[in-house]
Amino acid sequence: MVDEANRLARVDVAGVRRNVNVGLLDDDGEGVGPGDWVLIHVGFAISQVDEEEALATRRLLEGMGADYEQELEELKASAIE
Amino acid sequence: MKFVDEFRDAELGRVLAGEILAAVDPERHYKLMEVCGGHTHSIYKYGVDDLLPDNVELVHGPGCPVCVIPMGRVDDGIAIARAENVIFTCFGDMMRVPGSEQSLLEAKAEGADVRMVYSPLDALRLAKANPDRDVVFFALGFETTAPSTALTMKRAKAEGVSNFFCMCNHVTIVPPLRALLDSPDLRLDGFIGPGHVSTVVGARPFEFIPADYGKPVVISGFEPLDILQSALMIINQLEGERCEVENQYTRVVPYEGNLRALEVMAEVFELRPHFEWRGLGFISQSALRLSDAYAEFDAERRYETPGVRVADPKACQCGEVLKGVIKPWECKVFGTACTPEHAIGTCMVSPEGACAAYYNYGRFARDREVV
Ligand code: SF4
Repeated sequence: MVDEANRLARVDVAGVRRNVNVGLLDDDGEGVGPGDWVLIHVGFAISQVDEEEALATRRLLEGMGADYEQELEELKASAIE
Repeated sequence: MKFVDEFRDAELGRVLAGEILAAVDPERHYKLMEVCGGHTHSIYKYGVDDLLPDNVELVHGPGCPVCVIPMGRVDDGIAIARAENVIFTCFGDMMRVPGSEQSLLEAKAEGADVRMVYSPLDALRLAKANPDRDVVFFALGFETTAPSTALTMKRAKAEGVSNFFCMCNHVTIVPPLRALLDSPDLRLDGFIGPGHVSTVVGARPFEFIPADYGKPVVISGFEPLDILQSALMIINQLEGERCEVENQYTRVVPYEGNLRALEVMAEVFELRPHFEWRGLGFISQSALRLSDAYAEFDAERRYETPGVRVADPKACQCGEVLKGVIKPWECKVFGTACTPEHAIGTCMVSPEGACAAYYNYGRFARDREVV
């Protein structure tokens, strides 16, 4: 937090540090804090990125990959016979 | 960057493409509309459409905020920009949007003080730094951007900044979707829902699409894997004879949206009875203006504007592009008279516009389109 009254926080945007307004995520100082990931649009944080959900989506996608790999393997195996 | 690279994995993209191919009915043609210009941009940047089977067609929707600004509003903005003692501020894309005579950029070249800002807060800062000038902010965007303008106006009011004004062009996402669904021109099978708008409004406002029109909606993120997964989720709904709003972008979009942002918007804005959309005509209750509590900050109440409806240029087919009725390359002036450097229509100006996405990523012709 660099300016409590105006709800400005310092964030790292792809390696560049800049101030963004977090007033749309919290009004009272609860809500976002150091280490959180946020979606930024026109200088405002409009949503907090949910790390758990990100990992879950990614795992789901990878799971699909695993099934597919397995199918491919089975396909290859059956072609040999 | 965290949560970005993870969703750009080319190998997983091919796997997902395989899943889609396995899920589709080869006899059937699927027309999916991506509502948001951010999706259109991503699809062409990463070649997402090349990974889809031939019978899955992506149609581009009206969700590019710069693209839907009608010429009359540009003319009104220029009239304010030319008024005595005004510093006129807007986002970069907006400066090149053609009005009936000229763009804001051309007005600037002729002496109007037009400045590009990245955030409404930059415009407010300019007002505070120039207390003897009037600073007008040309606000535009869907619900993604409207809360940021609203919070800025609240701050201007709290700080008693009396030389800051807003020309409000904020629009809402649901009315144009309803207009599209009611239009007989278009047969769509499902919607790739707008991820960023949904961070604010949530998923609930889209429930009317499955309920009243029987079409699936999947709210989607913007990375290539997000879009592919959303397409797969829609196809699974269609093939499984389900029809609902699903959220693929759970890492960013809570189902109920951002209540704080909605609250701030409700305080600062009210619905306009009508608003003209480029190419789509007048749509009732589809845009926002400042509420009475913020009347003193309303640029349209302070300045005279022509406020006339200006017909789009004859050659321009942006309306059909915005409705997904034609593909950009089908417009007669695409890539010839209309290019990003010299745009005739708005869809070529904004990088989120379908014409710009096609042009910038080399889609000049039918290519792999299916009839
Ligand atoms: S090519 Fe230009 S005029 Fe034609 S639809 Fe696209 S932006 Fe509009």
